[in-house]
Order: sequence, then structure tokens, then C-alpha cells
Amino acid sequence: MSKTPRGISTQSKKQENLLVLLKEAQSRHGYLVQELLAELAQSLGISNGEVYGAATFYAFLSTEIQGRNVIRVCKSLPCFLKNSQLIIDSVEQEIGIKPGQTSTDGKFTFQLTNCIGACDKAPAMMINSNVYGDLTPRRISAILKACE
Amino acid sequence: MPENRIVLRNCEIINPGRISTYLARDGFQALSKARNMKQDQVIEEIKASGLRGRGGAGFPCGLKWELAKNAPGNEKYVICNADEGEVGTFKDRYILENDPFTLIEAIAIAGYAIGTRQSYIYLRAEYHYLLESLMKAIDQARKRGFLDGFDIDIREGAGAYVCGEESALMDSIEGKRGEVRYRPPFPPTEGLWGKPTIINNVETLMNIPQIVLNGAEWFSQMGTERSKGTKVFSVSGDVKKPGVYELVLGSQLKELVEDLAMAEKVKMIQIGGATGRIIPYSMIETPLSFETILGAGAITVYNESRDTIDIIYRTLEFLAEESCGKCSPCREGTEALVEIMGRFSRGEGETRDIIVLEQLSQAMMLSSLCGLGQAAPTPVMDSLQYFRDAYENRVREKQGGVPV
Repeated sequence: MSKTPRGISTQSKKQENLLVLLKEAQSRHGYLVQELLAELAQSLGISNGEVYGAATFYAFLSTEIQGRNVIRVCKSLPCFLKNSQLIIDSVEQEIGIKPGQTSTDGKFTFQLTNCIGACDKAPAMMINSNVYGDLTPRRISAILKACE
Repeated sequence: MPENRIVLRNCEIINPGRISTYLARDGFQALSKARNMKQDQVIEEIKASGLRGRGGAGFPCGLKWELAKNAPGNEKYVICNADEGEVGTFKDRYILENDPFTLIEAIAIAGYAIGTRQSYIYLRAEYHYLLESLMKAIDQARKRGFLDGFDIDIREGAGAYVCGEESALMDSIEGKRGEVRYRPPFPPTEGLWGKPTIINNVETLMNIPQIVLNGAEWFSQMGTERSKGTKVFSVSGDVKKPGVYELVLGSQLKELVEDLAMAEKVKMIQIGGATGRIIPYSMIETPLSFETILGAGAITVYNESRDTIDIIYRTLEFLAEESCGKCSPCREGTEALVEIMGRFSRGEGETRDIIVLEQLSQAMMLSSLCGLGQAAPTPVMDSLQYFRDAYENRVREKQGGVPV
């Protein structure tokens, strides 16, 4: 497996792998740095615009610095009906940042997201790839305290 | 009409981590039966069953397969759409969690029928936690020799509602922004990388093994004239028992919402998620079928305490955020709908806004490129039809009048 200077694996140069490579780069650096996108474009033989376009299209890719734990509280209607606002307020109180912000210690990024397919366990949220349902303020406190 | 578990027949019965428990339930017998049939015979059986797509559009499954099989070329693809992003839908998650094997068998049957050895499961990013168990299930099937050189690769999304739309989904697999394509050409003739491709929803595929095993006639006895078989519904919102329910098509909404999910004091029901229909409680006896109302089976229930305007506003906010932006009727139209609904939500709406909502809705339905933009005005139009008072009362309140 050949490596580019920033360590992007380029086992395949087909655009097919762009999303996988972007995710890989993001998990390595925490977010998608501009120069990295340009390197990726070059190694795949596609335009910077094509790479930047994809990097900014998808909600799970970020060109801004992200915390180690990305909290995504569902804001869609089934969760809203189960008082997701209380969940949003609780997270805000626990970690001291508002939706859209990243904590200065780099521990948390707090986002609101659209339906995560856990409506039977509403209100629900994700932290990185894990889903937490049937949330209460007390449960949130415990979940967030367990984050590293 | 009763609950009937065909799609969910193995859920919470087999161990999704052990293929032996699936084999004990006739697992992979449909695949072996199919491989002893001619490709055309398999397709004929699916066509005769009347199975239609369960992702919302309801396209006849067998016809889709036939088009792809008859399309020229050796390079073809099967895609399983597991990008379940419609608001209020979680049935495919439940299926993937509980019975990955039936899905694998169905994909292999589809591959045989259209004549390809390559298939993909497009899994939404939010379901990344299901990836490992899904890969293990594929691995077990492969080790047991059931796949026989047939490849099932998983491609993960990265967070985009519109990628559940088939052409955006294909662009996403190709490593691009998930923007919809102009059609025709349709995927069965020119799909992934321009090659003939069939894209089926998880639930659609889950029906295939049982149809192959029991025959088209068995399947087509269930349901209504143009809606055969069962449908899996995801019920959420103001209900005591949210969850996944499988009913014979044509069953009454009332049975699902009140008898099974135990909703009380229902004001309205959103059927099919953000782009779905909104109907008042007075229509609770509506049968659920392609002829009437269905969508992908998301059922969100709202009780009498809910504010219709607020619900529509939030629905439109979601659609504006998720519009891919390729065509202007959808990109600009959803934003404009949000702006106007916002005015009503804040009590600033005027009578002329109602007219603009209706005109804009018509234009978007006629001119948007894909289902998102075409159906985005549905909640607006439905609420104007059934809950017009809610809008008119806001206007009256603004003018200092008394709501009626």
C-alpha cells in the first residue's frame, strides 16, 4: 500500500474510493484539512472541486475541526414529539457548548442531526457510531461522563 | 386483516450471528431452487407475484429485473438500498439487525436472475454500527459455499437523506456528491457506472426467497388487487407502543395505529415520512395500500395537543436541509416554503401567503427533478386541504381577530 505524505492510503486510484478515503482521513486527523483534500484529488486524478464537493456534501464529513466525541442529537419529528428539546438542553448543560460548537478541550462536538432511524427509542442521539435511545437527562449525564 | 410475518418471519426467532439457525428455517433453499430454474422463470415468478418496491415508489419488482436482464452487456449490478433515511422509518434497521441472512439470500437470487456476480449493499452512515454483523453474515454465507463466487460488497454512505433516492445513491457509490440524475435513462438500462443495474429496497428483497419457495400464487393471494403481500410499518410519535409491525396490504390504518400501536386522541397521521401524506383522524379507516396511501411505511402519529403549523414547518426545514441542490425548483422551492411556513409559525402569515404556498407547491411538483422536490410540497398541500383552519386562524390572530 503506497502512502502519500500525509498518510492517505492510495491502494486504489479510482474515484469509487473517495468517500472511504475521506472517512479514513477524517478519522486520522479529526477533520478534513484543505491541503489534504488537494492531495487526495491529485492522487485520485480528479479535480479539487470534485473532492471538496463531496467533502462538504455529506453530514458525516467535516472540513472543520471536530472533537473526539461527535454528539448528534436527533432533531426530527418523532424525537421532537418525545421532547428532544430537553435532551438538547441537557447536553448543552452537561458539556457547556451549544449545537454547532466544539469544546475547546477537543473532547466534544455537539450537533443536531436528522432522523437516525431510532424513532422507536425516541428521544435518541448518536455519539460517534453508537446510538443511545430512550434518553433522559440523568442517562445523558451518565453517558457523557463515560466519554473520554 | 391480520398481522402476518413474511418479511419478518425470522426476526427474533433466528440468531442473526449464526447461519445454522437460519438454515434450520429453510435458509438458502430458495437460492438453490432458483439456481435450478432458468433466469426467465425466476423473473416470471416475481412478476406473477405482483411484488412492488417497498421503498416508496412501488415499481413492479419483476419488471425491473426483466429490464436489467434483457439489457445488453455482461457487466451488471444489483444494489440493495439500505439507506433508510426517511423520517420516522426504522424497519430496515430492524430487519438488518435481526435477519441479515434472508437479505443475503435474496440479493444472490437477484444476481442470478439478472445475470451478474457483483452486488452492493448501500448502508447509511447512521447504521455503521450494523456493518460488522452484516459483514459477518455475508462471510458465513460465503464460507458455507452459498455465494459461489457471487460478491456482496457493502458501501457506506456519509450522511445524506437524498442518497436513498436511487440515482443519487449510485452517484454516491461512484464516490461523488449524492446528486440525482436526469432520467431517462433509468437504472435497469444505464445505472451504476452506466451499466444495467437493479436497485431494490431491503424490504422488497426480503420477500423474494419466500416467493421463490412458495410460488407467486401463494404470495398474490394476500393483499388487494394492485398491492400484493404484506408491508412492514415503522410506527412512532404519540403512541404507547412504537415499533415495527407487518400487516397484510389493504389493512386499515386504524388497526395499525389504534389497535397495535395503541394511540389515543389522534389528531393526524403522517404516512411516508417528510415527503409523505398527512391525513386527519377522520380518515383513520383508510386501507394501507399502493392504491391509497403507503410510502415506505413510516407512520408518525400526532395527538390532539400538537400544532399542525409547527409540524409542517419542521418537516419543510428538514427537506430544505436535505435537498441536494441540483435543480432549482427543489433547492429554491423548499427554502421558500420554509420561509413562508416560518411566517405562519411566528404568527406573521397572511392570506396571500396561502395562495403563494399553493402556487409554489404546484410548480415544485411539476418541475422538480426527483421525488424529494416533487413530494416536498405534499405536507403543505395536505395540511391546507385538511387543516386549513390552522392557517386561517393564524391570519385572523395577526389581524387581531378571534380564531374560529
